[in-house]
Amino acid sequence: MKPRIFLAFVMPSLALMALFIVVPLVSVFWQSFQNTQTLFHEVETENCTPGFPAAICTTEARSVPLPGPDGKPQSQTVFVGLGNYRALLHSDQVAAAFAPGGMGLSVFATIDSYRALQFTLMFTFVTLPLVIVVGLALALALNGVTQMVRGPVIFVSLLPFIITPVIGALSVRWLFASDGILTAALAHLAGHPVSLLSQAWTLEILMILFNVWHTAPFAFLIFYAGLQSLNQDTMDAATVDGASRVARLRAVVLPHLMPLIIFVALIHLMDSYRVFDEIVGFSSQAHVISLQWLTFDLLTPDNSGNRAIGRASASSMLTMVGIVILLVPLIRHTWREHRRG
Amino acid sequence: MEPTRASRPPLTLRLTTIGFLAVWMVVAAFPLAWVAIMSFKLPLDAFSGAPLTVIFGPATLRAGLGLSLLDIVLYAVALVAAWRVGARRAARLAGTLAPGGVRPLGWCLVGFLYALGAIVVFGALLPAVLRGLDAALSAVPVLDALAVPFIGATGEHYRAVWVGHEFYRNFINSLIVTAGVVTISLSVGTLAGYALARTGSALAFWLLIGALVFRALPHSVLVAGYLPAFIGSRDWLQPAWDAPIIGSLLHLVADVPPTLYGKPWAIIFVLVSINQPFTIWMLRSFFRGVPAELDEAARVDGCSHLEAFYRVIMPVMWPGVVTAGLFSFLLAYNDYLVCALLLDAQSQTMVPAITGFFNRETTSTDQIEAVAAAVSITAPLFLLVMVFQRQIVSGLTSGAVKG
Repeated sequence: MKPRIFLAFVMPSLALMALFIVVPLVSVFWQSFQNTQTLFHEVETENCTPGFPAAICTTEARSVPLPGPDGKPQSQTVFVGLGNYRALLHSDQVAAAFAPGGMGLSVFATIDSYRALQFTLMFTFVTLPLVIVVGLALALALNGVTQMVRGPVIFVSLLPFIITPVIGALSVRWLFASDGILTAALAHLAGHPVSLLSQAWTLEILMILFNVWHTAPFAFLIFYAGLQSLNQDTMDAATVDGASRVARLRAVVLPHLMPLIIFVALIHLMDSYRVFDEIVGFSSQAHVISLQWLTFDLLTPDNSGNRAIGRASASSMLTMVGIVILLVPLIRHTWREHRRG
Repeated sequence: MEPTRASRPPLTLRLTTIGFLAVWMVVAAFPLAWVAIMSFKLPLDAFSGAPLTVIFGPATLRAGLGLSLLDIVLYAVALVAAWRVGARRAARLAGTLAPGGVRPLGWCLVGFLYALGAIVVFGALLPAVLRGLDAALSAVPVLDALAVPFIGATGEHYRAVWVGHEFYRNFINSLIVTAGVVTISLSVGTLAGYALARTGSALAFWLLIGALVFRALPHSVLVAGYLPAFIGSRDWLQPAWDAPIIGSLLHLVADVPPTLYGKPWAIIFVLVSINQPFTIWMLRSFFRGVPAELDEAARVDGCSHLEAFYRVIMPVMWPGVVTAGLFSFLLAYNDYLVCALLLDAQSQTMVPAITGFFNRETTSTDQIEAVAAAVSITAPLFLLVMVFQRQIVSGLTSGAVKG
């Protein structure tokens, strides 16, 4: 295929990605150094109530949005340099905490962006091995049973995978809500009332379990497909050589699946770093928040209808730096594999 | 081939395997099944701590809302019949109904008619018939046991959600967004996927790597870029409307530049672009499965590249296209973040709209209505898995296993 024709074929797709991915990225980068504020001015109003001998008058100064020529509130965009980043990371508070007599490391637990970062990383690295182990166990188990039950098992396994994440999280939350059936069961087992949705650590466990429930089927199906292409001769040879079941698993099956394990790990790393739907589904924002939720929250209009676009952009940029750092080792690994193979 | 003695797993291992799979099946299905059961009960039953109360719904039954054995049997028969009619007739009907011979449109039409038929039969016709049957049967001495309701169930929460809270508006918005995303995503993505599969140039390699990096982007990052532009689109689009020739053309479409914020059709382009990296990767791996000799033969016979693509390659690519379409559909249907931020209350799709339900959650009836709305959102996905299980699995594994 000639380069000209190749370009013609990919142009629509390329144009869409350039317009809706690259341009927003550049504009987010630019916005993160700016701040848009509604302009306010002080207005003195005099309130008078009838009285004797003279009316009692009080003047109060209020700041109201400054109307522009068209009568709408005016806003002003100013370049603030790293101001948004500083506001987001609370660099002054952190500096104060590490000054002599400060509160030290515990300052991070009080600032939203660090809490979000901490949860996101914890979530990513706890779910990653769980998803791979559960997926692998399911694939091996399904490979060991008769053909007849495989179809139904795959059908049922697809359900948690395909369901809308927010709805799936909601469904699990309803089971564990204060009047949910599993809360009742747990309380029965524990012998005292339990409440799982009102403190951070139980919420975190629920969210991790939900994520494993939701993503393990993906790992499972990919590993299962990989097992179908396992060379039976190698397995037989290993058996004849007296390799035990565990030895065969370690020496034959796992090396065969390794590229797939890395693939699943890569995809899961990307997806779990974006953890967001779980926060919405479990309504956990009072206790547990994630990086993407932080940006979402800044983009949502506050009580006076303002969106903190500048700070949201700064938080987006920091989130992106995080994903790049996370992905570098994996991309380097694939790159080396690519060059070797 | 019979497994040899040495390779046959020992009994304990086999039992553990079966037990593990059984536990997984229950864990996988339980939350969805339980929530579905809850949605048919009155709050008193649904939020009971005793499982049997939730399943049989005595309070719902006392309220006169229940199903008899006869009802259950007839509903089951109707469900099976509906399934078989769908499985047997749909393909042929889609062919004959297709306007202008365009099969995808025929499928859409059949799907629409089928959904309409299902709503009429299950929502109105069957309940009415069953009420009559139950009344008639309860007069007969022995058979009346069949007509006595024994399990509480009610569809009133669904009626409240869809009719009372006008959830159908959100459904229509979801329909617009998903249909648009699937169509555009596929037409753009097949072209790119085909070209990427048929070239080994360095440009193609870097394009694919770039797509991989884009796939990792959190969507909120992009939305932070869209939001100011979408809200202020009237201002920055104005120059295009004032321009000499383009402007007069644009004036034919709209007198003033549109505000993109809150417009489902604007969301379509956003979701298509976000999904594009994934789509081209998947379609590329499917196109690589189609032998290149096929388009060479077509080229020898005098087709241009585009003709070869359209007349020769696409007809054998349908399974792959259906699969890629399914995943585009899922992305658009399941999206919460983009729709919640870029659409307003009037133009909201189903998934973000449900937060409105559970934020309102003040009475237990509100909660059950949220449950019914959640089940309504899940039901189409359930059907999708039933119909397209093979395509979904092949879509998941194609990219990974074939390399």
